[in-house]
Amino acid sequence: MSFDIPEDRQYLESHEWAHETDGIVRVGISDFAQDELGDVVFVELPDEGDSVTQNEEFGVVESIKAVSDLYAPVSGEVVAVNEDLFNAPELVNEDPFGEGWMLEIDPDDDLEELLSAGEYEDQIA
Amino acid sequence: MPLQTPPLRGIHDERGAKFTEFGGWDMPVEFDSIRTEHAAVREDAGIFDVSHMGQIHVTGPDATALMQRLTTNDVSELAIGDSQYATITDEDGTIIDDTVIYRLPNEDNGSPVDTSSVAESDGNDLEGEPTYLFVPNAGTDEATHQRWIDYRNEWDLEATVDNRTDEYAMFAVQGPNAVELVADVTDDPVTDLSRFEATNATIDGVDCWIARTGYTGEDGFELIVPETEAESIWAQFDCQPCGLGARDTLRIEAGLLLAGQDFDHESDPRTPYEAGIGFTVDLETEFIGRDALAQVKADGLEEQLVGFELIDRGVPRHGYDITNTESRVIGTVTSGTMSPTLEQALGLGYVPVEYAEPGTTLQVVVRGQSKKARVEPLPFIETQ
Repeated sequence: MSFDIPEDRQYLESHEWAHETDGIVRVGISDFAQDELGDVVFVELPDEGDSVTQNEEFGVVESIKAVSDLYAPVSGEVVAVNEDLFNAPELVNEDPFGEGWMLEIDPDDDLEELLSAGEYEDQIA
Repeated sequence: MPLQTPPLRGIHDERGAKFTEFGGWDMPVEFDSIRTEHAAVREDAGIFDVSHMGQIHVTGPDATALMQRLTTNDVSELAIGDSQYATITDEDGTIIDDTVIYRLPNEDNGSPVDTSSVAESDGNDLEGEPTYLFVPNAGTDEATHQRWIDYRNEWDLEATVDNRTDEYAMFAVQGPNAVELVADVTDDPVTDLSRFEATNATIDGVDCWIARTGYTGEDGFELIVPETEAESIWAQFDCQPCGLGARDTLRIEAGLLLAGQDFDHESDPRTPYEAGIGFTVDLETEFIGRDALAQVKADGLEEQLVGFELIDRGVPRHGYDITNTESRVIGTVTSGTMSPTLEQALGLGYVPVEYAEPGTTLQVVVRGQSKKARVEPLPFIETQ
């Protein structure tokens, strides 16, 4: 089975993606991750204004069969939360790189330590 | 120890199923999505490979006596072609396993699936030796087989006990259209079967044992088929293949117990009364655990299994604490899920009887946070 791995963003080994636009980093989980989880039924996310720390948990995504922690790709302040996911968590399955995004972070650091699309593809191969 | 594999492991793999270890078996957990598979069973029909379930065959002059003394229900009530839900209990009355017992046609050759049709007999042919097939849960067949052998020897009963788990595959076809699907692939009168009735029927030239039983809350059948013919029988059914994931969400909605989770003889021993399946206990019969259960019945329960709905957002999971509204821990979640049918987080768990009344407010501790819950009557959905 092949998975979508957009090259315009970077990845964590724990399957989150990060996409920087105008200095703000948007975060979600990969196509591979949503497929592994199955039907997502619940997403727990921080509030706007909260701080997150790189490689530390910022929330939880639950599918019918599993619970999985979410890890921050960068440290910084949460400037936006995708509240659509509270009523429609299935967006994570349907469009993990688009409508299923989770957070936007104003980062303290850059994204250098993250995996490229190619490196992530090797990891999940 | 390597995992046991169902006969159709390769077929499921080609179909793109994901697998999980369950009771020592490598079983399909999901074919498409749990939500899709669950909805198919509630609205149309789905087929499950449940070949991880054990098959133990008991026959001989004392087969009835042996079954009667090792299971809690009254097997003497079973006419040929009947089945019953029962529990296997220890001396202290706690559940070791739950099982369905089938009374097969009286035969001396011992096979449950190559006998002549029950429909051709009067259903109560008392000639020949009584013969039973019972279905213990995944991974318990060897221990259960040994238990039967040990007690047979101890009690000096004349009965043959065969563990035939490896010889058979087992499928469940479930859902409002399941009966039609099964009727379409056999000339035998399976639609005439009542709930918990079973018969021999021929599918694709293969003799199968077909029972109007299931574990989803829907109408349907469970089919026990020779392992060597599993592929051809499976291929007869043009409906949604379903994995253990959907089986779990369906059975929770139906308020049905999962062995090892809603009761666990080692870690959380429970009596059938506590587990809400006191109807499997017939105290008029003599069986291991009978006296203890008579005492439990006389004394009344301290705790019992309840169903609950989570009012706050979150999903209850096995092992989470249940507290009262003062945050005192009073129980544990044994099963939980987000119900695809009700779109509501549901759970099962044991609480003191004073908290068991439907409508009672409880709390479930989800990752350190107390979430409000309310006791609901079981089953959560209307079932067959």
